[in-house]
Amino acid sequence: MEKKSFWNRAFHLYYDGFRQMTLGRTLWLVIGIKLFIMFAILKVFFFPDFIKHHSEPGGEAEFVATELQKRQLQP
Amino acid sequence: MIHFLAIDSAAVDWARAQFALTAAYHWLFVPLTMGLAVIMAIAETCYYRTGKVFWKTTSQFWQRLFGINFAMGVATGIILEFEFGTNWSNYSWFVGDIFGAPLAIEGIVAFFMESTFVAVMYFGWEKVSRGFHLTSTWLTGLGATISAWWILVANSWMQYPVGCAFNPDTMRNEMTSFWEVAFSPFAVDKFLHTVISTWIIGAVFVVAVSAWYLLKKREAEREMAIKSIKIAAVVGLLASVGAAVTGDESAYKVAQVQPMKLAAMEALYNGGHDVSLTAVAAVNPFSQPDYKQEEEAPWRIAIPYGLSILGTRTLHGFVPGVNDILKGYTCEDGTVEPSAAEKMERGKMAIIALNNYRRLCADEETFADQDSDGLIAAEKEKQLAVLTENFKYFGYGYIRDESELVPYIPVNFWAFRIMVGLGTLFIFYFAYLMFLWWRKKDISSMKWLLIAAIVMLPCAYVCSESGWLVAEFGRQPWTIQDMLPVTASISDIGSSAVATTFWLFLFLFTAMLVVEISIMLKQIKRGISE
Repeated sequence: MEKKSFWNRAFHLYYDGFRQMTLGRTLWLVIGIKLFIMFAILKVFFFPDFIKHHSEPGGEAEFVATELQKRQLQP
Repeated sequence: MIHFLAIDSAAVDWARAQFALTAAYHWLFVPLTMGLAVIMAIAETCYYRTGKVFWKTTSQFWQRLFGINFAMGVATGIILEFEFGTNWSNYSWFVGDIFGAPLAIEGIVAFFMESTFVAVMYFGWEKVSRGFHLTSTWLTGLGATISAWWILVANSWMQYPVGCAFNPDTMRNEMTSFWEVAFSPFAVDKFLHTVISTWIIGAVFVVAVSAWYLLKKREAEREMAIKSIKIAAVVGLLASVGAAVTGDESAYKVAQVQPMKLAAMEALYNGGHDVSLTAVAAVNPFSQPDYKQEEEAPWRIAIPYGLSILGTRTLHGFVPGVNDILKGYTCEDGTVEPSAAEKMERGKMAIIALNNYRRLCADEETFADQDSDGLIAAEKEKQLAVLTENFKYFGYGYIRDESELVPYIPVNFWAFRIMVGLGTLFIFYFAYLMFLWWRKKDISSMKWLLIAAIVMLPCAYVCSESGWLVAEFGRQPWTIQDMLPVTASISDIGSSAVATTFWLFLFLFTAMLVVEISIMLKQIKRGISE
C-alpha cells in the first residue's frame, strides 16, 4: 500500500477532523459570532485608532507630544 | 504658576473600569485553560503508560471541557488591545515597541503552537501514534503557557520598566535590551506565581466536577471522578505550595520596586524597622483611611517581624509606610529616596525640558540658516541633559497632589487578604484530599466534602481575580510605574463614550459567559457517555 505524503496526511487530519466535529460545530459557531461582533462591530464603530483619527500621517509623535503637553503645565 | 488641563476624571474612571472588566472577564478563561491542560495531559500520560482505555476516556473527557473553555476564551484578550488604541492612546504610543514585541511574539506563538497541537489533540486520536498525540497534548498546554509568558512580560514592564530608553523625537520608549525586558526579575516572578496559580484553578475545577458526579451517584463516571480527584489533589497541593513560595518572592520584589503597593497591601501608614505583618485589621472597605493622622489601622493583629522578613529578608529591615514614601526615606543600603514633592518637581523639570527640546528641534529646522553659531543645537543638548537626568520621575510631573500617589488602600488590603487566605485554605484542602487518599477513605460517602469541593470552585476564581486586583490596583496611579499616570495615558475622550462601551461590554460578556456555562454544564451532565 502506498504511503501518503506528510502534507496529504496533514490535510486529512484537519479535513476529517472538521467533518466529524459535533460539539466543535457549536463552538466554532460561537467563536465566529464572537469574532464578528468584535471585529465588524466593536472595532469598527466603537474602537477607532484614536491617534490615527486625530493626527496627520507621520505626525503621530507631534500629536502625542501636544496631548501630553496639554495634560500638564502651561506656564 | 502651573495650570493643569482639566481631563474628564469620569472618563479616566470609566476607562479604568472598562479595562478592569475586560481583563477580569478574560482571566476567567485563561487560568482554566492552563490549569486543565496539565491535568488532561497527566491523564493522557497515564493512558500512554498503561494503555488502558479508561485513561483515554478520562483524558478525552477533560479535553472536551478544555475545548469549551478554550473556545470561549479565544480572542477575549484582543478587546484589551482595542481599548489601548482608543481609550489609552497616549500610553499606547508612549510604550512603543516594548509592548508590541512581546504581544506580537505571543500572537505568533499562540497561533502556530495552538492551531497545530490543538488540532492533533482533537483530530489525531486515530491518525497519529500515542506518543505523538501525548506530545501534542503537552505542547498544547505549553503553548498556552508560553503565550502567558509574553503577556506577563508586557505587564511586568509596566510595573518595572527596564531595558528601554525614551526617545524624545519619536515620543516613544525604545527597547535597548530585549533580554532585560523578557527576563526581568519582576517578569520571572510574576510568570511563576501566575502560571502556578492557574494550576490550582485547574485542580479545583476537576475536583468540583468529579465531586458533582459522586454526589449524583453517577456510576458511569465514578471511577473517572475518583481517579481524577487523586490527580487533581497532587497537582493542587504542589501548585498551592508553589503559589505560596512564588507569592512570597513576588511580594519581596514588590517591596523593592513598588513600595507604595506593598504599603497599601498592608495598610502600613508609618513604616520602620522590625515591622510586623498584618494578619487582619479593621480597615474600612469603603473609604480611604486617614493615613496621615492614624498611626496604624485599628484592631490590628500582626505577626512580629513578618513584614520586615517579607520585604527585606531580615528580621529588623526597614519597610517604608505610605507617609515615609511621601516624605522620603533612606533605604537599607544608604540610598536616599526623594520625597513625593521633590519627585513631582523633578518630573515637571523633565516635562518642561521635553517641551523645550521639541520646540528647539522645530526652531532648528526653521532657522537652520540663521544659527551659524549652533546656539539652538547647544540649547537642545542642554534640555536633553535635563530631561535625561530627571526622566526617572517624568510621570510625577503630571501629579497634582501627592494624595494621588496613594492607591486605594481598602481594595489592596482586603484583596490581598482574600488571595492569601484562600490560597492557604487550598493548601489544607488539597493536603486533606491527599490524606484521605493515603488513608484509603471512601470520598464518595463524604457528602459534606463533595459539597465543599463544589463551593471551592467560585472561591478559586475569587482568589485568582483578587491577585490581579492587588497587582493592578496597587500600582495606581501609574500605567507605567513612575513614567506615566492614568491621567496622562488616557485619550482626550468623553466619559459618555467610554461609559456606553462599558455597559455594552458588560452585556456582551455576561451573555457569552451564560453561553459558556450552559455549554459546559450540558457537557458535564452528559459525562463520558457518547
